[in-house]
Amino acid sequence: MDSYDAPQSTPRQSASSRPENCFIGATPLQKRLESVRKQTPFVPTPPRRKIPQCSQLQEDVDPQKVAFLLHKQWTLYSLTPLYKFSYTHLKEYSRLLSAFIVAEKQKGLAVEVGEDFNIKVIFSTLLGMKGTQKDSEAFLVQILSKSQLPSENREGKVLWTGWFCCIFGDSLLETVSEDFTCLPLFLANGAESNTAIIGTWFEKTFDCNFSPLAINAFNLSWMAAMWTACKMDRYMAATEFLWSVPCSPQSLDISYAIHPEDAKALWDSVHKTPGEVTQEEVDLFMDCLYSHFHRHFKIHLSATRLVRVSTSVASAHTDGRIKILCHKYLIGVLAYLTELAIFQIE
Amino acid sequence: MLPQKRVKNSQAQNNTSQGSNSRQTKLSAWREKQDQSDSKSISKHGQKSPVEDYEHADDQAEDTLQIAVGYFEKGPIKTSQNKGKTLEKHLKTVEDVAWKNGLAPEEIDILLNVALSGKFGNAINTRLLKCMIPATLILEDSVVKAVSWLCVGKCSGSIKVLFYRWLVAMFDFIDHKEQINLLYGFFFASLQDDALCPYVCHFLYLLTKKENVKPFRVRKLLDLQAKMGMQPHLQALLSLYKFFVPALISVSLPVRKKIYFKNSENLWKMALIAVRQRNQGPSPEPLKLMLGPANVRSLKRKCSSHSLIPVLNSNSYTEQCGKKEISLSDCLSNTGSFPLEQLQSFPQLLQNIHRLEVPSQMGSVLNNSLLLHYINCVRDESILLRLYYWLSQTLQEECVWSKVNNYDRGKEFANFLDTIIRAESFLQEGFYSCEAFLYKSIPLWDGFSCRSQFLQLVSWIPFSSFSEVKPLLLDHLAQLFFTSTIYFKCSVLHSLKELLQNWLLWLSMDIHKPMMNSPLETTLGGSMNSLSKLIDYVGWLSTIAMRLEGNSIFLLHFILDFYEKVCDIYINYDLPLVVLFPPGVFYPALLSLDTTVLNQLCYIMHRYKAFLPFYEIPQYNKNSYSFSASKTYEEFNHYLIAMVGCLWTSKPFEKGICIDPQILEKAGVAEYKSSLNLVHHPSLLSYAVSFLLQESPEERTLNVSSIRGKKWNWYLDYLFSEGLQGLQLFIRSNIHRSSIPLIREHIPQQY
Repeated sequence: MDSYDAPQSTPRQSASSRPENCFIGATPLQKRLESVRKQTPFVPTPPRRKIPQCSQLQEDVDPQKVAFLLHKQWTLYSLTPLYKFSYTHLKEYSRLLSAFIVAEKQKGLAVEVGEDFNIKVIFSTLLGMKGTQKDSEAFLVQILSKSQLPSENREGKVLWTGWFCCIFGDSLLETVSEDFTCLPLFLANGAESNTAIIGTWFEKTFDCNFSPLAINAFNLSWMAAMWTACKMDRYMAATEFLWSVPCSPQSLDISYAIHPEDAKALWDSVHKTPGEVTQEEVDLFMDCLYSHFHRHFKIHLSATRLVRVSTSVASAHTDGRIKILCHKYLIGVLAYLTELAIFQIE
Repeated sequence: MLPQKRVKNSQAQNNTSQGSNSRQTKLSAWREKQDQSDSKSISKHGQKSPVEDYEHADDQAEDTLQIAVGYFEKGPIKTSQNKGKTLEKHLKTVEDVAWKNGLAPEEIDILLNVALSGKFGNAINTRLLKCMIPATLILEDSVVKAVSWLCVGKCSGSIKVLFYRWLVAMFDFIDHKEQINLLYGFFFASLQDDALCPYVCHFLYLLTKKENVKPFRVRKLLDLQAKMGMQPHLQALLSLYKFFVPALISVSLPVRKKIYFKNSENLWKMALIAVRQRNQGPSPEPLKLMLGPANVRSLKRKCSSHSLIPVLNSNSYTEQCGKKEISLSDCLSNTGSFPLEQLQSFPQLLQNIHRLEVPSQMGSVLNNSLLLHYINCVRDESILLRLYYWLSQTLQEECVWSKVNNYDRGKEFANFLDTIIRAESFLQEGFYSCEAFLYKSIPLWDGFSCRSQFLQLVSWIPFSSFSEVKPLLLDHLAQLFFTSTIYFKCSVLHSLKELLQNWLLWLSMDIHKPMMNSPLETTLGGSMNSLSKLIDYVGWLSTIAMRLEGNSIFLLHFILDFYEKVCDIYINYDLPLVVLFPPGVFYPALLSLDTTVLNQLCYIMHRYKAFLPFYEIPQYNKNSYSFSASKTYEEFNHYLIAMVGCLWTSKPFEKGICIDPQILEKAGVAEYKSSLNLVHHPSLLSYAVSFLLQESPEERTLNVSSIRGKKWNWYLDYLFSEGLQGLQLFIRSNIHRSSIPLIREHIPQQY
């Protein structure tokens, strides 16, 4: 009658064999588990957040590298903590990874690690790219094609770039032990096949896990509000929203562009708490946009799906693609993305 | 002469066996065989029994074999005139015996030497080699000697090829491989020979250990690859090298699976099966490395052909980084860790648990029960955390119902969940990742996809506070429960029963230790509270389900199954908790038309009664403990009176339930009182009729009311003999000479 009677007759003798029992209280896993139960599945957000500020630490970052990160389309991934990753072994990693990539590309043909290939993998740290001192150091991985000509242009073309970072990732740091390096946000630019190969190498090597980080409409609204709230010296682009109406045969897209100063004025009118953005303000901001649109076009945008937000600070697509435009608020944008990535892996 | 030799051999084996711990099974198999033959030779000198005739024939064959072996050992006799004939005769003998029973180790030893020494011609050597079929096993020493002949250059290329094929085919039957492994360099050098290369590759593939993988060998293999192109056998060996030392070499195999080695075993197929049968014991499987398709799991996977669970591999690059400099000393000391690939049995795990290499991807433990043992007792937090992260992410990413257009992978996901559930039941413990997954995904679950897996996962939710689980899981589940079919309801009830059982197990072990062990409930009272709330919740679900399903008997079975677990909490798990069923379950069960339901109800009531008198409110944590014993007693007595009234005294519902007489009159059962007892109870009436028919089969009109007095007792015996054990237990424990003993209200002092 009951196929699960077995445990009844043989209860385990010692509960000390239960791993989670041995480490009550202080251990990372325990904290993690408790947070799992407390978490409500769909509301990732605290009701209020800080408006992005210019970070002090950011000034340490090599401006050339920052420039390299801006104005590029990045695909977002969340990444679980890397096990036994070491910043002192970056050279070794680039040797291994380049051999791995070459072997993957010419399936079946073995290659020796350290051999001279026509591609080059470079690991480099992005010093200062962090929110607090506790955050792990961000690092960059680049794949370059080596030019065949020995003389000029030795560097070659950049085929693929990816970088790992953690900005204000305290909540994650608290729940892991020191064997792990927390870099929950991964941004990639380049062919997806390359991302797949490199991701696999990281997953195999550091027992971690990548998953695509999509941004839902709720979070896009938050981005719209927070980025509009940023003080800008000079606006570079219009504030633009894109809504999608699912209908066949092709979905209908509604684009809604506002002059950035108008958007800022609207924000200032709904904004109350200085330095912070609250959920009510976000809702109000979006509602104002909706009602304005409705007055003119008799379309309820609230019934459609927000798929893209672009401002002078950055632009984000619901598929998990982002482009950061403003150097000043780089850290601020990444902090929110880190938060979303941490929410996804928890 | 031969027996002596055997003894010597076995001594030699004893010596060699002490050093190693592997292959002992095989050694013992060989000894057994030896004992048999020893005893046979003793019985030969004793009296003859009819059975022995057959054995005698065998012995004769053995004798001719000895002569044949002796003949080959001496070598060809030049002078003999009918040399060819004798040779043929002896060869035939050897072949016959070999294919029938296999050859003893020392016979193989001799003949292998003969075949490779080139004493006879090529044709003879070939035939000899082909019949080197072991009875049980092959001595390592014989192989080493044979290999030494290869260096002398006396045997032709074709013999060498055949020899390597033979080595590959018989690899499992060689008793030890340490000495052979010392010759690794020699075998490796033979790769140069184009004809030999595929077979040597295969043999090396079987022989290679981690220590054998050296940079210079890697380079040599890569040179060969450059010379010969992508040869499947080279690919296989290279990927094995990569498997052992990924820091030296990188290779990824094509996705399309193909055959990497020519099948060397073909020649001996039948013989191999026979030897395995003879050896019987589970010969440890040779290292099965996954030469599957390259394990590239792309971020957005395009091919879904392979498993979600990573392959077991103990070598992470991380460990080897920065180790290159000290690799020499590492090799010399040989005190390294125990590679996972060699882990094949539980004793091995116990011996090496302190120096086991953990897999590079923790997810791979799911498929390996030995490693599940390991992670269950290991105190390394990071191992659990790695598993936690991997499992959470994989579940989230693969979940078929939380993503659109993901349904084509439903089967794969279901298999994955099955694997997890297997691991959970093996560990008797749920994973926290799964719990988190359930909470995250149940709002989106349609109640249909992977239903059985989903509900099984529910039953493995680790013990926690009910008030936390309820809003996260049960409230969502309840919505599906009320709106789905009766089968879904039954499955949910079943999985909640399993959940209760798992929580009880957890608590019953936990309770005897300091309270701090339980992660969330810090007091026993709190835990009991959680349990009783779970039971009450199921009671509530059951009551509503009974109404929705029109008191379905099928459903009632599942509900009573749940309470069968509940009523034994105090006895089976030593936990101070008694919760009774709600009236909405009790009365439908009591008045059910189904005898088995009534029987089960009787059994449960009997169990409750068996321990209620001993039940005391725990002394500790009185405050946090909301459970009221006196109320339970009251409730129980109430149920008991109703039952006895309905089954025995024909005075049902004297107290408690009040039914408007008018309603009863309308229903035409104004005389309901006498119509409820063991005879008239709707589910037992048919028994009463068959009882009467048994007594007087001819009777046309049956008067069931005639069952009384002595007949009543016979009727009781009849019911009991029909398998109504629950009823029997209930009546035995509750009814003594038609008096109704109630449980004295047992109120502890402190109340």
